[in-house]
Amino acid sequence: MSFFARFAQNRGALVGLLILIAIIGMAILAPFLYPESPWRMVQRPFLAPMEAEGFWLGTDTMGRDVAAGLMHGAWVSLLIGLVSTTVALLIGVPLGAVAGYYGGLVDDGLMRFTEFFQTIPNFALAIVLVAIMQPSVVSIVLAIAIVSWPPVARLVRAEFMSLRHREYVEAARLVGQTNGTIILRQILPNTLSPIIVLASLMVATAILLESALSFLGLGDPNVMSWGYMIGAARTVIRQAWWLSFFPGVAILLTVLALNLVGEGLDDALNPKLVRERS
Amino acid sequence: MLYARLIVMRLLKAVVVLFLIVIFNFVLIQLAPGDPASILAGEAGATDEEFLRQLRERFGLDQPLYVQLWHYVSGIATLDFGWSYRQGMPVLDLILARLPATLLLTGTAFVLSLVLGIVAGSMAAARVKKPSGSLIMALALIFYATPLFWVALMAVVLFSVYLDWLPAYGMYTVGAGHTGLALMLDVAKHLVLPATTLALFFMAIYTRMTRASMLEASQQDYVKTARAKGLSPRVIQRRHILRNALLPIITLAGLQAGQMVGGAILTETVFAWPGIGRLMFEALQQRDYNLLLGIFFFSAALVIVFNIVTDLVYRLADPRIKEAS
Repeated sequence: MSFFARFAQNRGALVGLLILIAIIGMAILAPFLYPESPWRMVQRPFLAPMEAEGFWLGTDTMGRDVAAGLMHGAWVSLLIGLVSTTVALLIGVPLGAVAGYYGGLVDDGLMRFTEFFQTIPNFALAIVLVAIMQPSVVSIVLAIAIVSWPPVARLVRAEFMSLRHREYVEAARLVGQTNGTIILRQILPNTLSPIIVLASLMVATAILLESALSFLGLGDPNVMSWGYMIGAARTVIRQAWWLSFFPGVAILLTVLALNLVGEGLDDALNPKLVRERS
Repeated sequence: MLYARLIVMRLLKAVVVLFLIVIFNFVLIQLAPGDPASILAGEAGATDEEFLRQLRERFGLDQPLYVQLWHYVSGIATLDFGWSYRQGMPVLDLILARLPATLLLTGTAFVLSLVLGIVAGSMAAARVKKPSGSLIMALALIFYATPLFWVALMAVVLFSVYLDWLPAYGMYTVGAGHTGLALMLDVAKHLVLPATTLALFFMAIYTRMTRASMLEASQQDYVKTARAKGLSPRVIQRRHILRNALLPIITLAGLQAGQMVGGAILTETVFAWPGIGRLMFEALQQRDYNLLLGIFFFSAALVIVFNIVTDLVYRLADPRIKEAS
């Protein structure tokens, strides 16, 4: 069975993929459909959805177009989710690979380091980091990456530990390949599928984290994000619930879609598991 | 005997971790924009160099870094977390005053999410191939994907604004002057929304964990034996599968519970619950870094204490686990 056929067997994963494509579409179309800055005040404030022509989701407390914010916010959420996950992988994969491959004292030391980061409450650490570095896209990406790499390191370490004594690795060692080559060329390619599955789930978590940070007022002041929209509308929730409602639905759908796609990838990349499960 | 050694080892490890966090905090303070002296001077409207120098001297900011680090570490060792320049109070007093509210909220949410999660998860495990089982898992996935702060806000809209069933803000009715049982009832009423919204996300996690753990346990030989003996599926589910599946759930739940402190920051902010989460939000808004880092330290300490407690409970519950693991 082909990769996609296995993926498509999971109905939820297909639905997730469709939602995700729609959201990526929103992000790409945003600058064309709403070329003006989403921060611009374009109408009178507190317009309810459908109340005025062209403002199908209404306007916020400052008269900004909610639909424009939603479209531009899609871009920010996806970007921060992807980049911070990439950075987390860049920290976690090498650490886990080295710890799992060499074992012994190196492993002990690196795992203590990983445990330390796992003990600290994630969200509190992210808040402190962004607050100290000052809110910006860069500081948010870094903070999310710093709190999300430990599971990657643990996963990669476990994979390396189970693979490092396989015959093909011993063979590579015998023909005189260096440790670096063995790690990169022999073992790492065989650990890719669980890493890809974990990464798709991490993008989802990163988007949730970003929205929570922006909600608390720690978003980049120059970019419109879903979390900021909810946070800014929080104080007027009694008068205008829709201002918080729509961005929340957008976050929910994106995170849900990524989780569904992650499960589908898991099925497609680890076909053995599917049979065991059903 | 083993127990005493274990506890000592765990405490030693905790001290090391907390020490590292203190150093980490100190580094962060150095990185924070502007030193407290210039912030204070700025607030007083003074730009006088002499005044700045005096302030720096008073707070020891003119000392070399390693001396400052020593003062900071020894301060925290004696439970001195510094001064909140904004609130005009010692950081420790501020945190201790807010701690009980957070413990009440996170404790309630933890028990609630664990109980509901185990019930929902075992129901889903017993209905693996049925639509009802899939429905439970779909709901769990949705709760898992929903931003906590958004659920909290929507709960306010639905249950306080439209239905007017429950209070949306604070911990008790201001000025009602309740005492005794009436006060407890009042607090309980205020607790419903924050605790439930905080519990939802964790309930989703525990539901998934319980289901996976139970499906794994149901593959074991003793389950086959029980089936062969002709026990009813319900008895097998409850006595044989659930009991054995519970232990890993409790450990994992203990590890997860640390994240509840993070969730509390969001729920407390939305519901104006007077705990350390709300205090952290206030510290953020006022750029009160001393207070922020103090709360950060406390939340990490809470997580460590919690992990030690669950670990001990786990070992009590399952005598098979010896020191080796």
